[in-house]
Amino acid sequence: MSVSTELTAAQRDDLRTVAAMIIPASDEYKVPGADDPAVQSDMLATLGRDTAQVAQALDHLARLAGKPLAELDAARRDEVAREFRATGGVAAATLVRVVLQCYYRDDRVLRSLGLELRAPFPKGHVLPEGDWSLLDPVKARSGNLRRAP
Amino acid sequence: MKHDPVDVLIIGAGASGAAVAWSLAETRMHILCLDQGGWMKPSEYPSTGRDWEAKFYGDWSTSPNIRGRPEDYPINDDNSPIKVVNFNGVGGSTVMYTAHWPRLHPSDFKAKTLDGIADDWPIEYDTLVPFFEENDRMMGVSGLSGDPLSPLTHPPMPPQPLGLSGPLIGKAMNKLGWHWWPSDTTVATMDYEGRARCINLGHCTPACAQGAKASTDITYWPQAIRAGVELKTHCRVREILTNEHGMASGVVYYDKDGVEQFQPAEVVIIACNGVGTPRLLLNSVSGRFPNGLANSSGLVGKNLMFHPYAQIYGFVKEPTDSNRAPPTCLWSKEFYDTDLSRGFVRGYGIQFGRGAGPVFEAVASEQKGILPWGADHHRVFRKLNGHRLAVSAICEDLPEEHNRVTLDPVLKDSHGIPAPKIDYTISENSRKMMEHGLARGREILETAGATDICINNPIPWGGWHLLGTARMGTDPARSVVNEWGRSHDVKNLFIVDGSVFVTSGGVNPTSTIQAIALYVADQMKQRLANLFD
Repeated sequence: MSVSTELTAAQRDDLRTVAAMIIPASDEYKVPGADDPAVQSDMLATLGRDTAQVAQALDHLARLAGKPLAELDAARRDEVAREFRATGGVAAATLVRVVLQCYYRDDRVLRSLGLELRAPFPKGHVLPEGDWSLLDPVKARSGNLRRAP
Repeated sequence: MKHDPVDVLIIGAGASGAAVAWSLAETRMHILCLDQGGWMKPSEYPSTGRDWEAKFYGDWSTSPNIRGRPEDYPINDDNSPIKVVNFNGVGGSTVMYTAHWPRLHPSDFKAKTLDGIADDWPIEYDTLVPFFEENDRMMGVSGLSGDPLSPLTHPPMPPQPLGLSGPLIGKAMNKLGWHWWPSDTTVATMDYEGRARCINLGHCTPACAQGAKASTDITYWPQAIRAGVELKTHCRVREILTNEHGMASGVVYYDKDGVEQFQPAEVVIIACNGVGTPRLLLNSVSGRFPNGLANSSGLVGKNLMFHPYAQIYGFVKEPTDSNRAPPTCLWSKEFYDTDLSRGFVRGYGIQFGRGAGPVFEAVASEQKGILPWGADHHRVFRKLNGHRLAVSAICEDLPEEHNRVTLDPVLKDSHGIPAPKIDYTISENSRKMMEHGLARGREILETAGATDICINNPIPWGGWHLLGTARMGTDPARSVVNEWGRSHDVKNLFIVDGSVFVTSGGVNPTSTIQAIALYVADQMKQRLANLFD
């Protein structure tokens, strides 16, 4: 897996920290946080067209924090995060989306959600037919299409 | 380079271009279609990969501005609350649509007579019925005949299963006493004409890897090509030229290598839909047509109609179909017809949504502020994911000349052709309709037991339906093409796409667009001896 070289080391550190703030690990649900090395590696490897927006978001985050995010105390970090999400615009939304889209395709996370670890094609899914008798009242309803006289 | 002339040149291989090409093929004329995109490769469709949801935000976005494939052209829609979405390539936007398949209603063709607004169409619903039927067979439609509040259809395949979401919606609608019905869709529910049946990949909109969803690259085009129609891909038309008689003489286009070419033609048919068609006409300026081709009325590009989508969604305790089914399965016409006590004229169809996949759910819910950051994220996500139901009111937009497509003075595509610029505002009538749709949608969702209700008003990237920018009519001062699709100004120039719509109705328009294309083709075939009189 190739690693993006377009984020600086400081940006990658902040990305890891903010990802953990969005989705921390959970013992209850037996899932890693979004700062997990495999999830982080997926993010960096697939940033692609989102790289510029994510870098811009991380720059914004760095300005708000004034130092590496991980070095702030928890209260200050939360304050910075709230401000980042409120003022970060499209770039912040892109960063959050990148975190979420990589996290919610991780095998451990999908397994925890009870989802299969596969692409939709070619197996697809089976859909129950459902209760067609629910349509009986609608069938009984009279209807005339509106027409010009 | 100049080529040998063809009898008929079609610009655009999407919904309408494919239909008109197939229909005209029986004439044995030399028919050539040029499309700016290429053939699709289903093996590359998103649902074939584990990253299927992520692709929707990039290479497979519905927005050409985000997608940015070489086939796409940029669109300046900064001055519109609704952004244009489309797809460019063989099949056009039928490659990337939800396959929801209602028809315009008979009343939609008579808005002036019935409600005193806009204009009546120069044709009636009944005129199009045989072409609707033919198109339903060609595209392969599934559904249930007998909807009491919709035009009678005869789908050749049974409807999609109701699944988990359908009964939840149906029960709520029955409690409210409101109409609902299984949607006609172009999703094959059984093997049909070489297409495999739907296996519920769930990710229908950005192309169907199974081939169960009808797109014209797998329906009309194989048959049209077998019948002798020629289709050239990666050919982007810049302008239509005219001769000293004021007739179209052919088109200038850029081939796959970017080399400028001239293709002469006896007849030119434009099938680029409501943004691409006016863009091309406005860019076809000459001494004889200084304001753009076919534009003596000044209406080319004007009267742009989207369908403003007012969407409301919520989350029920029961599991829904999530990403395990085609996204739409039911419609309602309860609020389709005019009832002035509601405070607006005309009405809207309702399109119900079955659910969403996990990435989409996480991204959308975080943006709406209902999915928190931090320790509670996991609990809340499990409450939301796989429990979504959605209600979308497809509101009828009225034609207004200030809603328009023009040429952007700065922005250009990769061939240097001016990009389209959209100026659009949602009218007061549409606003009231949208509010009504949201209020009724909330009632439906709450009756179904939904909580955490959110709205998208409008759906910002919801400009799927591009209508009205080269309207049809009998009066050359008030329309661009006549009642059978021929330009009033240029007698060998035809338009067959959504730009000829006079009014928009309150339903997805592709079925009606294709019926019109088949109708225009039929009119041409009947008039071949005196087509230019």
